[in-house]
Amino acid sequence: MAIPLPETEPLLETPLGGLHRSLGARLVPFAGYAMPVQYPAGILTEHLHTRAQAGLFDVSHMGQAELLGAGAATALERLTPADVEGLQPGRQRYALLTTESGGIFDDFMVANLGSRLFLVVNASRKAEDFARIAAALPAGVRLNPLPDRALLALQGPQAVAAITPLAPELAALRFMDVAEARIGGIPVLASRSGYTGEDGFEISVPAEQAAALAKLLLAQPGVAPIGLGARDSLRLEAGLCLYGSDLDETTSPVEAALTWSIGKRRRMAWDFPGAERVREELANGPRRLRVGIRPDGRQPARGHTPIHAPGGAPIGEITSGGFGPSLNAPMAMGYVTPGHATDGTPLELLVRGKPLASRVAPMPFTPHRYAR
Amino acid sequence: MSDLRFTQDHEWVRLEGGIATVGITDHAQTALGDVVFVELPEIGREVVVGEACAVVESVKAASDIFAPVAGKIVEVNAALTDNPGAINSEPTGAGWFFRMAPVDPGAVGDLLDAATYAAFVETLA
Repeated sequence: MAIPLPETEPLLETPLGGLHRSLGARLVPFAGYAMPVQYPAGILTEHLHTRAQAGLFDVSHMGQAELLGAGAATALERLTPADVEGLQPGRQRYALLTTESGGIFDDFMVANLGSRLFLVVNASRKAEDFARIAAALPAGVRLNPLPDRALLALQGPQAVAAITPLAPELAALRFMDVAEARIGGIPVLASRSGYTGEDGFEISVPAEQAAALAKLLLAQPGVAPIGLGARDSLRLEAGLCLYGSDLDETTSPVEAALTWSIGKRRRMAWDFPGAERVREELANGPRRLRVGIRPDGRQPARGHTPIHAPGGAPIGEITSGGFGPSLNAPMAMGYVTPGHATDGTPLELLVRGKPLASRVAPMPFTPHRYAR
Repeated sequence: MSDLRFTQDHEWVRLEGGIATVGITDHAQTALGDVVFVELPEIGREVVVGEACAVVESVKAASDIFAPVAGKIVEVNAALTDNPGAINSEPTGAGWFFRMAPVDPGAVGDLLDAATYAAFVETLA
């Protein structure tokens, strides 16, 4: 079998690089960073541990920024169909940056911190996103990227129990609440959110205190370090999109089944980039739709696997696929023509030239367990 | 003799009584991570050296297994279908993939011995 050789390009490190090595992580290149794909426990064990107890993820490669100044929310709405003006202080929301032609430029989180907005964007897109946002700002609104902050995610049913003794005030947050707090004396900005489908927190922390915070959290009962490998299988089981795989500049919010992230007011004003395409697709239906797919048997189908109607014509492609450790079965998401998008519709996936019987299936594959 | 021989693609071969048993090395299973599915070749298939003839799928990715020598597939490890984890727990034992016969004993002998393979793996670190 072929084992890919490590890349030789110099990679960036997060503030937790040393900690990852000391924990025995296997580091791989991801979005220009050396990131832990797994620790010695392995992806399967790490995935199941997160669903059963709690996992700590280093997601410091993601882009963090503040948007400051009067009119920041209005300014951001020039780039996203989300309702940012209506976002209450202390609340966070999932949003899309859209292109003029109605494609998805990135997906991101925006939080209202009262005095400013706080953004978290994908690592692979942060340079493009920040340039795009900065270029669209009026006088008086300023984008302040925060490269000196790390980001940790604490995810799983025991996440709240792990954080309560360290920062009781964070235990009071509900899903998508944000608050500034101190964890063991370390100043953080925490949200009750994540990307695994589990309850938990995403914690922004000054880079120089990130390792101390990570060690503190890892010392709590039930908390184990989890790599990007399990992060990917967890998010896919939760039916959540990965930018660059499931979303790109050709996919529209309607095709991606992310219409819910468009604010009601925005859908009346149609005043966001790509509104024309979104409006047309909502009225007449999109050409393709993102769906969940479950192959029969145990064989996984990976990204770029062609999807056919049974015995028939090509109708789409898998965008993310793998094996769901909690599902104990293969799972995928992909785009199909709308006539084949109903739950239960039989599909054939062409894996290495051979048809694999599959069905359209509801997502999430494993139920979300958010603290709503 | 039951000495293992190795390829630079991380397969091992054990030649016993004219039958070559093939699997992947401990280094390979460690690199792959948890195996969740194996696609095995059809019995009776004739393969040439280096031909992709099985697929191993971990949580993370799919990888081809290449025939280390030429020959005919005479047996596959059907137990892997229900227990692909054997590839991780016993890569050179219960985790074997398939058996080939007849094979050229000289071709098996020309593969890497354990010390040479171990030195090769060191260069990858």
